[in-house]
Amino acid sequence: MGHLRAPFFLLNIDMEFFTNSLLNGISYGLLLFMLSSGLTLIFSMMGVLNFAHASFYMLGAFFAYTITQFLGFWVALFIAPLVVGIVGAGFERYFLRKVHPFGHVPELLITFGLAFILLELVQLVWGRASLDYRIPAALDGPLFTLFGTQFPKYRAFMMFVALMMLLSIWLLLTRTRIGLVIQAALTHPETAQALGHNVPRVFMLVFGGGAALAGLAGVIGGNAFVTEPGMAATVGSIIFVVVVVGGLGSLGGALLASLLIGVVQTFAVGIDASLVGAAASLGVAVTSSTFGYELLSLKVSQVAPIMPYLFMVLILIFRPKGLLGTREG
Amino acid sequence: MSNSIVKFKPLNIGRILVWGFFALVLLLAPLLFTSSLSHTMLSQMGIFIIICLSYNILLGQGGMLSFGHAVYSGLGAFMAIHTLNMISSGTLPLPVSLVPIVGGLAGLVFAAIFGSVTVKKAGTPFAMITLGIGELIWAMSLMFPGFFGGEGGVSGNRVTGSSPFGITFGPQIQLYYLIALYTFVCTALMFALTRTPLGRMLNAVRDNPERVEFVGYDTQRVRYIAFMIAGFFAGIGGALAALNFEIVTSENVSGPRSGVFLLFTFLGGATFFFGAIIGGILSVLAFVLFSELTKAWLLYLGLLFLFMVMYAPGGFASLIMMNLRVVSYGKFKPLIGKYCVLFVSGVVALLGLAAMVEMIYHMQLNQALGEGLTFLNIGLNVKSAASWGGAVAVMLVGSLIFEFTRRKFAVQWSTIQEFIENEIKRKESL
Repeated sequence: MGHLRAPFFLLNIDMEFFTNSLLNGISYGLLLFMLSSGLTLIFSMMGVLNFAHASFYMLGAFFAYTITQFLGFWVALFIAPLVVGIVGAGFERYFLRKVHPFGHVPELLITFGLAFILLELVQLVWGRASLDYRIPAALDGPLFTLFGTQFPKYRAFMMFVALMMLLSIWLLLTRTRIGLVIQAALTHPETAQALGHNVPRVFMLVFGGGAALAGLAGVIGGNAFVTEPGMAATVGSIIFVVVVVGGLGSLGGALLASLLIGVVQTFAVGIDASLVGAAASLGVAVTSSTFGYELLSLKVSQVAPIMPYLFMVLILIFRPKGLLGTREG
Repeated sequence: MSNSIVKFKPLNIGRILVWGFFALVLLLAPLLFTSSLSHTMLSQMGIFIIICLSYNILLGQGGMLSFGHAVYSGLGAFMAIHTLNMISSGTLPLPVSLVPIVGGLAGLVFAAIFGSVTVKKAGTPFAMITLGIGELIWAMSLMFPGFFGGEGGVSGNRVTGSSPFGITFGPQIQLYYLIALYTFVCTALMFALTRTPLGRMLNAVRDNPERVEFVGYDTQRVRYIAFMIAGFFAGIGGALAALNFEIVTSENVSGPRSGVFLLFTFLGGATFFFGAIIGGILSVLAFVLFSELTKAWLLYLGLLFLFMVMYAPGGFASLIMMNLRVVSYGKFKPLIGKYCVLFVSGVVALLGLAAMVEMIYHMQLNQALGEGLTFLNIGLNVKSAASWGGAVAVMLVGSLIFEFTRRKFAVQWSTIQEFIENEIKRKESL
C-alpha cells in the first residue's frame, strides 16, 4: 500500500483496497462475534466473566488439527466443538459450580486458573510451536475476483458458518422451549427454579454451549489464521473489549461491536498515513524536532493493535453502558 | 477484634514484637544466607512483597480484581530507569536511593490517569477494563521505542551519582539493604492504611457498597483513592526492580506479569494482610527454585491455584490462621493423624501425576534423547506400558486414599469449626 500517501480520509482510497479490507474485516468481525456471543450469553446468564473463553477457542483449533489428521476436516468441524462443549460443561459442573456460592470474584479467578492450565496442557500435548493446520482442499482457492483481488473461498465459508450460527442461536433462544427456559433463567432464575426447571442444568448447558461456540470458532479460525498456543491470548483481550463496547450482556451489541472492531482494525492495518503526512498535505511542516514527533509520526497501521482498547476507553468515558447495553454494571 | 470498643492501650506489646521480628528478619536474612544467589533472591522477595501488598490493597481490601497491576509497577520501573540515566548523564542531581520515590510518584500519576476510567465500575466490569488498559499499555510499549526501548528495553547503571558514606549500591548486599528498608517502610505504611478511616471505608466498599452510598460516601471516590495508593506502592516496587536488574523491558508492563501478581497474591492469601507477604516470598521461590526442578512448573502452579480457589479461597494465610484457631481451642490433636494421611496420600497422588506429566514432556521436548528418562531416580520409559500403568496406578491409589480421608476430615473439621463458633458466641454473651 505504498502508493497510499497522506489520504487520511478514506474517500480517496482505491476500490480494491476498500472492498478487500471490508470483506476481510467483516469475516474477522464475524469470527469475533462467534467468540463474543458465547461470552456474552454466559455473562448475562450466570454473571460469570469466562476468562477461559479464548482458551476454548484455542482448544477447538488444536482438537480440530488432530481430528483432521485422522478423520478429515468435515468430521472435525462437528466433533471438535462437541468435545470442547463437553469439556466446558464438565468444568462448569465440577469446578465453577463449587465456587458459585462464594461470589463473582472467585468465579472469575477459577476461570483465570483454567485459562492458565489449558494453555499449559496444550503446550504439554502439542508443543510450543505453531501447527500445520491447513484449509481443506475443497475450500482452497478464490471464490470470485473483485477489482483485481481474489476473495478466498474459505473466507466466504467462515462468514457462512458464522451467519448460520447466529441464525441458529436466535432460533434456539426465541423459538424453542429450552430457549424460553434459558431466557427465563436469564432474568428470573429463582422463579424459573420455583416453576420446576432445573436451573443449574440450564447453566451447565449454556456454559457448555458457549464453550462449543468458541470451539467452533477455533475450528474455522485456527486454519484461517495460526494455530499456536499464543492464539488464545491474541483474541482473548479483544473479545473482552467487544463485550464491553457492545454493552455487557447484549447479543446485538456484541454483533455490532465485533463487526465494528473487525472492520476498523482490518482497515487500519492497511493504511500507511500518519499525522505528519496529514500536516504536510495541509501545508504544515513537521520535522523530527517538533514536539511530540514520535507520536505524530506513528502510522495508522502501527496504531492498529491498540485501536480496540482506545475505542473501549472512549466508550467507557462517553457511553459507559456500551453501544446497545441497557444496564450499567 | 475489630468490633471491640476503642480502648486506651499504652503499649501494644504484640505489635511491637511482630514488627521487631519482621525488621530483624530483614536485617539478618542476608547474614544467614550468604550466597550471591540468595542475596539476589532476597532482594527480589522484598520487591515482590511490596508489589503484592500494593496489589492486595485492591484485591483483598477493596475487592477490586485488577488484571493490569503490572502497568503501574512497570511504568514506575521505566520512569526509574530513565531517572537513573539522567543521574548518570549529570542532568539530575538526585541520590540513587531516592529513585524509588520517583518510580512511586510515576505509579501514582499513571494510576490517577487510568484510574479515573477504571474505577467507574466495580466487580466484573472493573476486571475487564483493567485488562483492556493493561493490554493498551503493553501494545503501546512496542509503539514508542524512544521511551520503552523497543524489544531490547532500557538499561541503566545504578552505580552513579554521589555515594554518601561510601555506599555505591554496586554490591548486591548494599542494594539489598536499600530494598529491605523500603520493604519495611512500605509494609508499615500499607498496614497503617488498613487502620485508617479510609482503609476501613475501603473494606466497607468491598463488602457492601450500597450501604456505603446510603451512609453518604462516594464509593467511586474511595476506590479511586485506594487505586492511586496501590499505584504509588506498585511504582516503588517497580523502581526497586529497575535498580536491581538495571534493565527494564516491555515485559514489565505485560499482561502475564499482571497475572503473576494476581496469582501469587491470591495464593498467599488476600483476606489477611500478611498473606501478600507470603505470596511475594512464594513467587520468588517458585520462579527461581521451582522452575529449575521441572519444566512443567507452571502447570502445577495453575493446578494449585485452581484447588486453592475451590477449597481455600483465603490462600495460605487463611490455612495458617484457621489451624492456629483450632490449636488455640485445643482441638488440633485429633486432626494430626488425618493430616499425616492426607499429606502422604496427596504426595503419592502428586508423584503419579508428575511422573505422567514428565513423560509427556519428555515425549514432546527431548525425543531425540531416546525413550528413557529418570524421575526421582526411577527409570521410566515413555514407550513402555509398565511405566504408564505404574504412574496411573500410583496416582489412583494416592487420590483414592486422599479423597476417602478428605471426606472424613471435612466432617470432623466442620464439627470443630461449629464448636469454636459456639464457644465464641458463648463467650460474647457472658
